[in-house]
Amino acid sequence: MDPLILAGRKFTSRLLVGTGKFSSNAAMVAAMEASGCEIVTVALRRVDIDNPKDSILAHIDRQKYLLLPNTSGARDAEEAVRLARLARAAGCEPWVKLEVTPDPFYLLPDPIETFKAAEILVKEGFIVLPYINADPVLAKRLQEIGVATVMPLGAPIGTNKGLKTREQIAIIIEQAIVPVVVDAGLGAPSHAAEAMEMGADCVLVNTALAVARDPGAMGAAFKKGVEAGREAYLAGLGEQRQQAEASSPLTGFLHR
Amino acid sequence: MTIIVNGTAKSDPAADVAGLLTQLGLDPARVAVEYNRNILARERFAATTLADGDELEIVQFVGGG
Repeated sequence: MDPLILAGRKFTSRLLVGTGKFSSNAAMVAAMEASGCEIVTVALRRVDIDNPKDSILAHIDRQKYLLLPNTSGARDAEEAVRLARLARAAGCEPWVKLEVTPDPFYLLPDPIETFKAAEILVKEGFIVLPYINADPVLAKRLQEIGVATVMPLGAPIGTNKGLKTREQIAIIIEQAIVPVVVDAGLGAPSHAAEAMEMGADCVLVNTALAVARDPGAMGAAFKKGVEAGREAYLAGLGEQRQQAEASSPLTGFLHR
Repeated sequence: MTIIVNGTAKSDPAADVAGLLTQLGLDPARVAVEYNRNILARERFAATTLADGDELEIVQFVGGG
């Protein structure tokens, strides 16, 4: 498969993995390993002072995986910028998955606050990967100010519904000047393959792996889905047609 | 002396931020600290002396998508 170039860095895998909601660190590591991913997202939260837990960093090999801290929990631009700066202070490279989700029910990203935060973070030298609704105009505006990717959602976070925003994502891909990462809502390898067949540059998956009965095996399944989709995209898919077109020759029948 | 750590009052903390992290059993390499709302660079943990009423936020990475 052709490599993915993201913010000038080369990656072999086109599957990004989120580390939330796994039943154990072992299950998380199994999914990461089997998926072949090279970028994993993490969140920042307050330490529980009365009951400090083992940091997730104890389980992630930083030589092997690029940590992509997210700004989950941020309700506005100010909180998102604060979280991004904290993540950098915690020793991360200045990469950030920017997400601003004030709505607690659908966790849909706030486009205005996301844009404001992106402007600030790009100026501060962050490599910004914004999580957005599948809005081609917003995607374009963000690319104009220098984000590294756009990350349109297929469906709301954790819903496993697949590419409900397919038509809009197709426009984003058509117009993109940076890699397009389809994020959120991908519940099955077929969803990931579909996004990749459309020409998405990569996908980010978390819930589908974390809630699988066997997260390791599901990681392997998604790896295949992503690779199949990418290879099909590169190979060139046939156009859809209304009427049938025979695959067998229509000439030289026996009785004619 | 009482300071506020992650929203909770803490009495008799260590003298500086590095000492406080040790007191709490936290690895300084794996946390980020805000000291009175300003991010504190890791190199400054040991030199930052705690005073009554100081507010600290200590965060760490957790699983997330």
